[in-house]
Amino acid sequence: MTKRYTKDHEWVCLDGDIATIGISKYAAEQLGDVVYAELPAAGKSFAQGDDMAVVESAKTASDVYAPISGEIVEGNAAISGENWQIINDEPEAGGWFVKLKVSNKSELDALMDEAAYADYVKGL
Amino acid sequence: MAEAGSPKKLPLDAIWRARTSKFGDFAGYDMPLQFEGLIPEHNWTRQHAGLFDVSHMGPSFFALPKGHGIEGDEAHKKVASLIERLVPADIQGLKPGQVRYTMITNEDGGVLDDLMIARPAEPGAAGDLYIVVNAGCKHQDWALIEEATKGEANLVRADDRCLLALQGPTAHAVAAAVIDPALAEMNFMTVKRYDAFGRITVTRSGYTGEDGYEILVRAENAADLANALLAHAEVKPIGLGARDSLRLEAGLCLYGHDLDPTTSPIEADLAWTIQKRRREAKDFPGAKRILREYELGAAKKRVGIRPNDRAPAREGVEIMKDGKTIGVVTSGGFSPILNGPISMGYVETEHAEPGHVVDLMIRGVPRAATIVPLPFVPHRYHRPKKG
Repeated sequence: MTKRYTKDHEWVCLDGDIATIGISKYAAEQLGDVVYAELPAAGKSFAQGDDMAVVESAKTASDVYAPISGEIVEGNAAISGENWQIINDEPEAGGWFVKLKVSNKSELDALMDEAAYADYVKGL
Repeated sequence: MAEAGSPKKLPLDAIWRARTSKFGDFAGYDMPLQFEGLIPEHNWTRQHAGLFDVSHMGPSFFALPKGHGIEGDEAHKKVASLIERLVPADIQGLKPGQVRYTMITNEDGGVLDDLMIARPAEPGAAGDLYIVVNAGCKHQDWALIEEATKGEANLVRADDRCLLALQGPTAHAVAAAVIDPALAEMNFMTVKRYDAFGRITVTRSGYTGEDGYEILVRAENAADLANALLAHAEVKPIGLGARDSLRLEAGLCLYGHDLDPTTSPIEADLAWTIQKRRREAKDFPGAKRILREYELGAAKKRVGIRPNDRAPAREGVEIMKDGKTIGVVTSGGFSPILNGPISMGYVETEHAEPGHVVDLMIRGVPRAATIVPLPFVPHRYHRPKKG
């Protein structure tokens, strides 16, 4: 499994041609307590960089961008069920946002691996 | 209207920086935004006492020239009549030690800033007013005041001092223990000076909807005061983030968002700030429009809005009814106390009654919401007992 990060703090984990996508621990900490999130419906397609989901804390609303192009196969039922706490508690595990069927795996090459992302966050 | 260049550091910067790294530029000042977290800080202030550094604001003293030779009520009436050229409140009618909330209005009846004006309690200070304006407007306001009263009174800026707000249901006990027992006896919207931590000017007021105080203290004494307050078990530091959610729950206006130069005090539902003597005298900037709206009603009105689902409606969200735009959200976010989204905005008056259902256009999708009375969370001010 390959895990990659974007400069906008999404993570994407590829297993076969299914990508699991969420926001990084850093992003979740910066946001603070999540009070609302909106996921795209299954079947919707996105190009890399498109607005895909919304996550809101008491402080602000943030767009979540598609880190890789593809079609949504599943949203996280915990988040759809308004258990937003899971995004703060486990941003890079149980707090995933969507699973997406990837159309072009090579798009991952432009993203950062864990070490590069850790360096990137240190510089912010 | 933030100042150009890098933001100014607060005099107590080191105290806050030892407790958080989350700072941001607000009105030209580098302000602590968050300590423990917006929601825990918000809840702490509603349950205990929160300490806010609001030294970015514009405290000032406005006084008749030295040797003015008049005393007591006469001196007060004179200085009050000068500031009344700019604001629609009855300042001449303030009793010693009384504070009033008012607005600087323009000739079109719009609001240039909202502010507090206090008449000092001390007889020796007759002919002085203590005025606190918003951070982002202070240079404009002070210039307007000086221009309108040139040669007749002097404005002395006090924004080199620190202004600390202590807010919450236990603020009175903390203030009594740390500063002076007499603070617990002050009533809401009164002012008094105390010989503690140098010489401090204290108003029983605030902008959270809770009981509390705003304390003007000289910069050289401010660290001692802040540290003494922070050492109390009931006190935690609170950032600007929670200050905003607290004032929104309390239904209070944020200048530049809920109030602006085109919005009248009547539209803003602040008619109560214009006392009878001024309404009869019709002698303040914008009186024509403001009094017409006072009599006949305004075309739009500031209201509270509760989205029917969980999506927050923030500033700029359009308010619709039957597919037609009827208003806009001017402040919106999440209420920790109601555990849901809340907004304030302006709607056409015919839709302003509590209970009306409207649509909020959030990311292009209409979502139902209900007009509700303000405040969202009841005020808990310390008012004198009637009877």
